[in-house]
Amino acid sequence: MVVGSVAAIGAGLAAIGAGIGIGQIGKGAVEGIARQPEAANEIRSNMIVAAAFVEAVALFAVVVALLGNG
Amino acid sequence: MYLNRFKSLLVVSLSLMAILFSTAVMANENLVVAEKKEGDFNVTETILEHIKDDHSWHLWGHNSIHLPVILYTSKGIEYFSSEKLVDEHHEPAVYHGNFDYKLIEGKTKIVDANGNVDAAASKQLWDFSITKNVASLFISVIILLVVLLTAANAYKRTGIKSAPKGVQSFMEPIVLFVRDEVAIPNIGAKKAGKYMPFLLTIFFLILTNNFLGLIPFFPGGANVSGNIAFTMTLAVCVFIVVNLNANKSYWEHIFWMPGMHWSMKLFLAPIELIGVFTKPISLMIRLFANITAGHILVLSLICLIFIFKTVFASAIAVPFAVFIGMIELLVAFLQAFIFTMLAAMYIGMATEEHHHEAHEGAAHH
Repeated sequence: MVVGSVAAIGAGLAAIGAGIGIGQIGKGAVEGIARQPEAANEIRSNMIVAAAFVEAVALFAVVVALLGNG
Repeated sequence: MYLNRFKSLLVVSLSLMAILFSTAVMANENLVVAEKKEGDFNVTETILEHIKDDHSWHLWGHNSIHLPVILYTSKGIEYFSSEKLVDEHHEPAVYHGNFDYKLIEGKTKIVDANGNVDAAASKQLWDFSITKNVASLFISVIILLVVLLTAANAYKRTGIKSAPKGVQSFMEPIVLFVRDEVAIPNIGAKKAGKYMPFLLTIFFLILTNNFLGLIPFFPGGANVSGNIAFTMTLAVCVFIVVNLNANKSYWEHIFWMPGMHWSMKLFLAPIELIGVFTKPISLMIRLFANITAGHILVLSLICLIFIFKTVFASAIAVPFAVFIGMIELLVAFLQAFIFTMLAAMYIGMATEEHHHEAHEGAAHH
């Protein structure tokens, strides 16, 4: 599984990036809600949208890693 | 501050380039799968087989629907069952029609008497087959027509003043969600109505296909919205709608950014011009990658059982697969929403009326 491990490194790097990104989004959202609880719903929907963007970039990398593995 | 912004711009453009190149690589990658040895379980091959388009639709056990193959060649249109392209061991077999056809890596090719691909003749071959994805698309169109026409007829009968009933009460919140959360905030109340039919069409089409893709057995199971051709078609539609409706100030902001020094204008024009194309491309790849990755994830978890060759692995694999399935339900909705929202945002950017005194000298992106 030498070939597989290279793709796994790629997928792992993508996961690190997405983890940092989504962590930042969650931090920002929780801070925002703590300061302004009445805006929680709006913040939450924006948070999900932003998280989807970050996740999408990570998924690009995962797909590339998987296809490269094939 | 400005340095930071410039740096992030640089990062964004470089990453976009990286993504573009990687898709070029992906396109070239012919999904070559490793040679299969007898009795050996190949995870990659199994997973790719499930997310790929196919000429037959597996039902259960050894039963599957053989979908029609429709070919247009220099000798005219020809159609036959895809059953004739495989032998009893499910290996590709030669079918003798106007030409000799054989499936090479899932694609129909013309072969000569020795079974070698006739490249020149294959170039003349147009494959209009009803494949699994096409059949699944038909099913989703039928579902959409039944549901939406029922709701529309109910409105015709009872008007918009009375309380919604049945399918109406299911559809009305979703339509209103698209109008109030997606169209109006991004396009503006005045122009949103004109684009609502388009936005609702892409929203419901993506949503239905995403949900159908999550059903593991017959009416679903095809990977339609995880097919790059399908997402590309949607992205091209968005591209056409955005650019046909773009006003003068949108093009001005692309080719001759107002409120900038002329050297900056020259510098920004090519970047903004590339942006016109990368927007729909990112839409295309986002939907494709999200749905394909979801399918791969579920399939890999199920494959764990076959990798460990013990039924006890399912104690871990099945709960995880169910958990991922739940997340995929959210993703199915989220991706339909994001695609529609970004389409609305691009339309909004293209049709926005600019008040130049309001942000004279401010950078626009």
